[in-house]
Amino acid sequence: MNKKMTAADVVAQLRDGMTIGIGGWATRRKPMALVREILRSPLCDLTVVSYGGPDVGLLAAAGKLRKLIFGFVSLDVLPLDMHFRNARQAGAFEVMELDEGMVQLGLRAAAMRVPFLPTPVGLGTDVVARNPSIRLVRSPYHDASTLVAMPALRLDAALLHVTEADERGNSVILSPDPFFDDLMGRAAERVYVSCEQIVATAKICNHDRARYQPFERSVVTGVVETPFGAHPTAGVPGYGIDIDHLKEYNAATTPEAWAAYRARYVDLPSHDDYLAAVGGRLRINSIPPPVY
Amino acid sequence: MTTHPYTLAELCIAQCAEVWRGEGEVLATGIGVIPRTAAGLARLSFNPDLLMTDGEAYLLAEPVALGPRRARDPLVEGWMPYSRTFDLLWGGRRHALVGPVQVDRFGQMNISVVGDYAKPKAAILGARGFPGNSISHANSIFVPNHSTRVFVAGEVDMVCSAGYNPQRWPEGKVPSTLRIGRMITDLGVLDFGAANHAVRLLSVHPGVTVAQVQEATGFPIVVQAETPVTPAPTDEQLALIRERLDPRNLRGTVFKGDPPGDRR
Repeated sequence: MNKKMTAADVVAQLRDGMTIGIGGWATRRKPMALVREILRSPLCDLTVVSYGGPDVGLLAAAGKLRKLIFGFVSLDVLPLDMHFRNARQAGAFEVMELDEGMVQLGLRAAAMRVPFLPTPVGLGTDVVARNPSIRLVRSPYHDASTLVAMPALRLDAALLHVTEADERGNSVILSPDPFFDDLMGRAAERVYVSCEQIVATAKICNHDRARYQPFERSVVTGVVETPFGAHPTAGVPGYGIDIDHLKEYNAATTPEAWAAYRARYVDLPSHDDYLAAVGGRLRINSIPPPVY
Repeated sequence: MTTHPYTLAELCIAQCAEVWRGEGEVLATGIGVIPRTAAGLARLSFNPDLLMTDGEAYLLAEPVALGPRRARDPLVEGWMPYSRTFDLLWGGRRHALVGPVQVDRFGQMNISVVGDYAKPKAAILGARGFPGNSISHANSIFVPNHSTRVFVAGEVDMVCSAGYNPQRWPEGKVPSTLRIGRMITDLGVLDFGAANHAVRLLSVHPGVTVAQVQEATGFPIVVQAETPVTPAPTDEQLALIRERLDPRNLRGTVFKGDPPGDRR
């Protein structure tokens, strides 16, 4: 089965009101080319699950969010994403604010097809008190302890960015941390994987690299080739976080500045035009890997 | 023994390092210049068993200097992606030193929003891993700006990190896994060691008065008959901080004007 498609094909398969998981973590390996494609589309009313970075900020700035399910939104080196911040302060979308680990457990529950997973995480805090939809359960065993029943976070679609994939949906993540992309994939009805490069199966699947596969190809609905598709977040190995670009993005908070940012970097005819606008492939390639 | 003058940042680093004394083979997580330098100092001076990460996905066999790495890649001793970090931390073998925006008398901490929850005055990060950290392992606190804005009266605006507040817990029982260590601030060192986990003042930094600390804290603190003065970092500690852990002096940017540690 050939699952190759374009970013526009992916967004055409999404619907208003869907719950969408976005892979990566903060400023690392975010499927930004797919997110910008959503910004160019009429898609709206989205519920987004994310370990949030500029993916959330862009969607918030464009008014695409109905609800955000999250543990944080951060640009790491620049701790606060101003687009998320302004929209959150204006009450522009609903929030289900969770512990980072609870997000993982919710995705895992969906992947396991159970209604919830029990955990003590969240007890004693406002992530339970502020989320009346989250219930507590009592252990049926001798301890009889009270636990949080973290509900399954079922996704209509997941958008992920990996290092390489083949046309059948086999994929590898060669960056140091695979994050929770595997769980997002399994929690989702449809899984769209953007990659730096589509390569032959023989190149993906040797014995050394098979361990870098987040999930088997049957999880994957579509594969999109987007070189530097995580920019301005990191796509290690290959390129680091484009801090200069993130600063420019983070400063574009007035309506005029945001409109100018959109015109310059989002509302473009193609991904190649985007790469040219941010300084070209050579420039992105020269961004060093981040040091934390 | 101390023969050299030292800065407030260096005093705080030495005091922050103390949170890992006697903690054994746990993951030391310190976020920010002072906590991270402090973790390295603890590892090099009195707890060689600490685990430390590079802040990305690897465990390091040696502390690294802050800032860009010039000489060589640090020696790696293991893999610690986020999924494994959660596996580790839920098991309890971690002591984190964190920098919350608000702290209350129960040790409850906030890094999410200040003000009304629906339309906050300031949206910050979100609860991050604070709920899970607080119920799973020890947490200590570094506050560079000890004031009533941080140490609030009443409860913090959004309880991200659980604390010793019975009303927040099922059946009013604070779990035994909850452990809040020390609070190191620009004014002194405190902990939750008084009766019923009330906040107590362990020491004041040289030149700071007990009254100053109480004034800058939005809830009553328990004060001893004679409050000790925070000891100076030793010459050995200063050498490790200056030459090994932070040779580019990033710590000099933490406090405005990089004041001396002894303000007498």
